Amino acid sequence: MKRIYVNEEWCLGCHLCEYNCAFANSGKKDMITALKGKPIYPRIHIEENDKICYAVSCRHCMDPICIKSCIAGAISKTDGVVHIDQYKCVGCLTCVLVCPYGALAPNENGIMQKCELCLENTCGEPACVKGCPNNAIVYEERSE
Amino acid sequence: MAQYVIIGNGVAAIGCIEGIRKTDTQNTIIVISEEPHPVYCRPLISYYLEGKTDLERMAYRSKDYYKEMNCEVIYGKKAVHIDASAKQVVLDDDTVISYDKLCLATGSYSFVPPMKGLDTVEHKYSFMTLDDTLALESAITKDSKILIVGAGLIGLKCAEGLKDRVAGITVCDLANRVLSSILDFDCAAMVQRHLEENGISFLLEDSVASFDKNTAYMKSGKTVDFDVLVLAVGVRANTALLSETGGEVNRGILINTKMETSVSDIYAAGDCTEGEDISCNDKRVLALLPNAYMQGNCAGINMAGGSCVFGKAIPMNSIGFFGLHIMTAGSYYPSDEGGELYEEQSQGVLKRFFTRNGYLTGFILIGDTSRAGIYTSLIRERIPLDSIDFETLKKTATSTVFSSEKRKHFFGGVV
Repeated sequence: MKRIYVNEEWCLGCHLCEYNCAFANSGKKDMITALKGKPIYPRIHIEENDKICYAVSCRHCMDPICIKSCIAGAISKTDGVVHIDQYKCVGCLTCVLVCPYGALAPNENGIMQKCELCLENTCGEPACVKGCPNNAIVYEERSE
Repeated sequence: MAQYVIIGNGVAAIGCIEGIRKTDTQNTIIVISEEPHPVYCRPLISYYLEGKTDLERMAYRSKDYYKEMNCEVIYGKKAVHIDASAKQVVLDDDTVISYDKLCLATGSYSFVPPMKGLDTVEHKYSFMTLDDTLALESAITKDSKILIVGAGLIGLKCAEGLKDRVAGITVCDLANRVLSSILDFDCAAMVQRHLEENGISFLLEDSVASFDKNTAYMKSGKTVDFDVLVLAVGVRANTALLSETGGEVNRGILINTKMETSVSDIYAAGDCTEGEDISCNDKRVLALLPNAYMQGNCAGINMAGGSCVFGKAIPMNSIGFFGLHIMTAGSYYPSDEGGELYEEQSQGVLKRFFTRNGYLTGFILIGDTSRAGIYTSLIRERIPLDSIDFETLKKTATSTVFSSEKRKHFFGGVV
């Protein structure tokens, strides 16, 4: 399946992926109304130090420990995509405690969210990839 | 034709079913469920009281799950005996069920020590099961005064769940701090303060000397008047079925990393077991949902003839009270056992990291739990701290501390 991959040598640390992600998942038609003057809760984030930077989002693992650990039975996998049922999630953060990649964070209401590859939102393809100015984030098949 | 039998219908049982069905989609699985309910999310009972979930959403799997998994569930019956030589399980209605492979997912029960006058208390409840919760819910009114015996995870989550539905809550515990099984003294004090600010009262280092109807007389001489009593002193693993067949049990049913018990063709998983805890290289009862699923899943794979080892069990908890999140994992060694403590503090945040012999063995995070899984992975994967930038990691959880090869694998590979 196609997944999101990053190339840390090419990442500029511009954080555009975070804004594009937050906008794509906002349900709003206009980026300014969606994001201007508000704290954003993107499903991808940049990690950086003085030498490197790169984007982190859900790896859609082969054997996801978050699914096994969810105390609400709210995380499932269909066709390789790991999905959170936000209606079932109670915001206990157990998935945050077990994800070794640090790929999940709660939304503004304390309910969990994470990258679901923009398959369900209006973008239809990962907004972070589409908007990355240096192709540091790609969406493609890689061998398992 | 093989027949699988699972005693218990909680999350460990579901892990087991899904482990078996990875390879064997044909042979019968019989699930013996003492509780008259399909599998539900047991840790959500406090969220139910709080109104953050409901009975429908508490279902751990879909309505048609057992049918889809080709399982037969026997509800409301209790397994009372195992004949390991005949490979049979006997139920409380004398039904005999044969097995080729058996998994014990019998969970634990609420332990209530003998307390003088307890029989005079009309409204007393445990807080373990859905039925306990519904009974407790039907007993409370907005005017109820609640006494909870036990300031552990169960007692305190119960307090949080009840808070806005009753007049007052007092929690007592023999220990000198709240959550004594997962928090050290300073961390517990911070959490206790937060709970008190949210209206929960505590009587610590104190216990009930006797009850007389709606009054508890404490050892300290204090008295507590209450309408409803919740008993959350502790839990004990259900081990009797295996010990009676001569199988090895300690505080839990002893299992190896394949989830095998000492009796052939009998596996065990979840809260009823005692297995290796790699954060202390010792056997422990690790009664928590993620381990229950992973142990059950491992047992199921092996029962179906596959090969699975689950050797990464550690204690770990993510728990929140009134908006304050707490995460803990692993073991905390004191300095006289070679342990070292690193602490980070800021407004509303307390993070403690416990290391020994160059490895992270445990942590407590209060108030800032972002990306804590990176810390958990250091314990689970036994990553030597001298191979990473631990100084940075103490301040913030980030994968920048790993080697570029490792990051390439994480974020450029299929994991």
